[in-house]
Amino acid sequence: MKTQRIVNVGVGGQGNLLASNLLGQAALDAGLPVVVSEIHGMAQRGGVVESAVIIGQAKSPIVSDAEADIIVSFEPVETLRILNKAHKDTLIITNTRPLPPFTVAIGQAAYPDPQETVKILAKKVKRLVAFDGQSLAEQAKNPLSLNMVMLGALFAHGDLPVPVAAIKKMIKLNSKERFVEANLRAFDLGFKTAA
Amino acid sequence: MDRLLTPGGGKSHLLLGNEAIVRGALEAGVAFATCYPGTPSSEVPDTLYRLRKESPEAVQYYFEYSTNEKVALECAAGAAVAGLRTLCTMKHVGVNVAADPLMTLAYTGVNAGMVLLTADDPSLFSSQNEQDNRFYARLSGLPMLEPSGPAELKQCTTYAFDLSEQLGVPVMLRTTTRVNHAREAVAFDKLGKVKTQAQFKKSPFQYVTVPAVSRQLHLKLLKVYDQAQTISEQSSLNFITGKGKLGIVAGGVAYNYVMDAVADLDAAKRVKVFKLGFSWPLPEKALVKFLKSVDKVLVVEELEPLVENALKALAQENKVKTQIAGKGPKLFSRAYEFNPRLVRDTMAGYFGLKYKATKPLKLDDLPALPNRPPNLCPGCPHRATFYAVKQVVGDTAIHPTDIGCYTLGLLPPISMADFVICMGSSVSSSGGFSRATKQKVVSFIGDSTFFHSGITGLVNAVHNNHDFTLVILDNGTTAMTGHQPHPGVETDKIGDPTTHIDLEGVVRGLGVQHVTVIKPFKVRAAIEAVKAAVDYKGVSVIISKELCPLFARRVAPKSRKPFAVNLDKCKGHLDCIKKVACPAMFVEDGKAKINPLQCIGCALCAQICPENAILPVKAEA
Repeated sequence: MKTQRIVNVGVGGQGNLLASNLLGQAALDAGLPVVVSEIHGMAQRGGVVESAVIIGQAKSPIVSDAEADIIVSFEPVETLRILNKAHKDTLIITNTRPLPPFTVAIGQAAYPDPQETVKILAKKVKRLVAFDGQSLAEQAKNPLSLNMVMLGALFAHGDLPVPVAAIKKMIKLNSKERFVEANLRAFDLGFKTAA
Repeated sequence: MDRLLTPGGGKSHLLLGNEAIVRGALEAGVAFATCYPGTPSSEVPDTLYRLRKESPEAVQYYFEYSTNEKVALECAAGAAVAGLRTLCTMKHVGVNVAADPLMTLAYTGVNAGMVLLTADDPSLFSSQNEQDNRFYARLSGLPMLEPSGPAELKQCTTYAFDLSEQLGVPVMLRTTTRVNHAREAVAFDKLGKVKTQAQFKKSPFQYVTVPAVSRQLHLKLLKVYDQAQTISEQSSLNFITGKGKLGIVAGGVAYNYVMDAVADLDAAKRVKVFKLGFSWPLPEKALVKFLKSVDKVLVVEELEPLVENALKALAQENKVKTQIAGKGPKLFSRAYEFNPRLVRDTMAGYFGLKYKATKPLKLDDLPALPNRPPNLCPGCPHRATFYAVKQVVGDTAIHPTDIGCYTLGLLPPISMADFVICMGSSVSSSGGFSRATKQKVVSFIGDSTFFHSGITGLVNAVHNNHDFTLVILDNGTTAMTGHQPHPGVETDKIGDPTTHIDLEGVVRGLGVQHVTVIKPFKVRAAIEAVKAAVDYKGVSVIISKELCPLFARRVAPKSRKPFAVNLDKCKGHLDCIKKVACPAMFVEDGKAKINPLQCIGCALCAQICPENAILPVKAEA
């Protein structure tokens, strides 16, 4: 079985750790060997949050530079920032809706043009899936369900050994009851739109 | 009921390393647990706390968040000497705080299994240094186990209790961030029986460490060390995999990187790996035998070259000629954590093995990326307190600060953090700064950190007539590490049966003459209070009291009333943004705007705006 190294990146509060955790549980549920790693603590106060899911025989819980098979990014600038983990065959799935950091708000830094960003990414890797995931989350009637949208896109393109039924089961088991429907809807929207 | 409380064994669950420690302790029948939270250890106590709260009928252990790590260890020591199985958890720098009791608890020993978790943080994800706590095993003479991932972590935790009982001393369980914060399948065994009641047997010539007693106890500890070494020699936690004349010695998460590298390099028939899981005392005989069986050895250990140096000494003593390397140019660094590629490249280089790695992308043509440093949350009261202090002292005062969310006051535009080395240092170092200079000193400490180690510094300052202002940022919780309770927490808010300690009463009781309690979002009054405190000659304390909004959302939810900028009134001074940088605010067409989804209506910016252009959003009719 081929090892798949998936890196999830986003901004504190976007639900990236939950996405990795659900994917890990779905993989285990499907009887696949899996390791997940995450970073907690200070970084979560509006900073960059990165996690990794490694499905297959590898024992290491983290992904080195130039060794990610798939990068799922919840924010376009963070997609550029994490390119050190990519190589030319890496599949990049990115949300295109910016979430500018406060360094931009106070005029310390400029936010790169999102359309330019997509063009740059398309030149760097062979496989790029770029779409406004945030609008799909809003369409699903839970603006906080971007993580589900991104999981949907990952399952549509990632060629994962994990069945869709397994991740849906984990979404159901781990969502608050009033969010179950919206979260599943968000997953489906991500799955279809990105496909 | 939580899966961690499943009585039976057999099933596997995807567990965080820290949850695996909890399950391991439950399977060992832990009866008593103490801690001070700190990344990457916090989910151990947080899980124990949560389980007890959610399922009081199903748990039998006593648990507490202690005031600090020294207190946690001493409290645990009492229970373990009395005869209960005890777990005590902390982050690596916490062991520094607990080092005093630890060194002599090693002498007295314990009467039931006692496990001390030290969670190290190579690469400093959330810490002030990356010290290597494997030194503490060597310094104290206590045994140490170093698992590589969550599954092993559960197994090692349970075993550590048995080992501790067998040897009569505490056992140290050493993890790193990548072990604490990894998730993998962990197979459950049955929950252990819990002995919840002990009967202390007096034995002053074992437990009262006057010199005459301790001289004997040291000899006893040395015997324990020998006994532990014998166990280490035969431990199944130390084992060899693979075969060949190229040797690796590795432990902790680095072992996983090594095993992936062996697979990638297709070198299982050339590389023999000694996995060190029972890492102190070292299994010296087994290691010497291993050294003799290979031509050269690479020691793969994060941080300090402790195993490498020990192997070199062993080789010298045993006249083994095998080349031994680890740290050095073209080899491993003593700084920062490892990763799979680094380990693979280093192994390939040292052993002369070939590997075609994926090429990094060329990234020199990327646009400049805006930094995204962590920031105080929208509506964080610290921001308002910093603002009030800055209005009084400008940029001229010295600001010793402390460990907590408010350390982020370091970043512009707040820029009000000048010195921090450890918890409590804000208070004590203020005395030094104010005596050594003619500059004003206004220092910052959080409420939890004040109870942790600020109190003794304040006693010192009052007693020695120092001259500075201490601002205690009282947000009612331990915010940074995940809202754990502390002695000052309003216990009725969280429904805990603990006793609330009144912060103001403590400060006054310590003899501080000038004490003011402020509400930081009442900006004008806060500034007046800061002025008076700074003008006071001697030690003055300001308690800035406002709940952490993330904590408040959980314990005292209020309806959120966001503010908005009236764009007709806004003249684009942007003071609101430039002075406090609230993440809910941004600039559009030269004017300030507020993201209504992020704004919680603290009204700080509304009080800063010279045009009074920021107003509450009117509820729609």
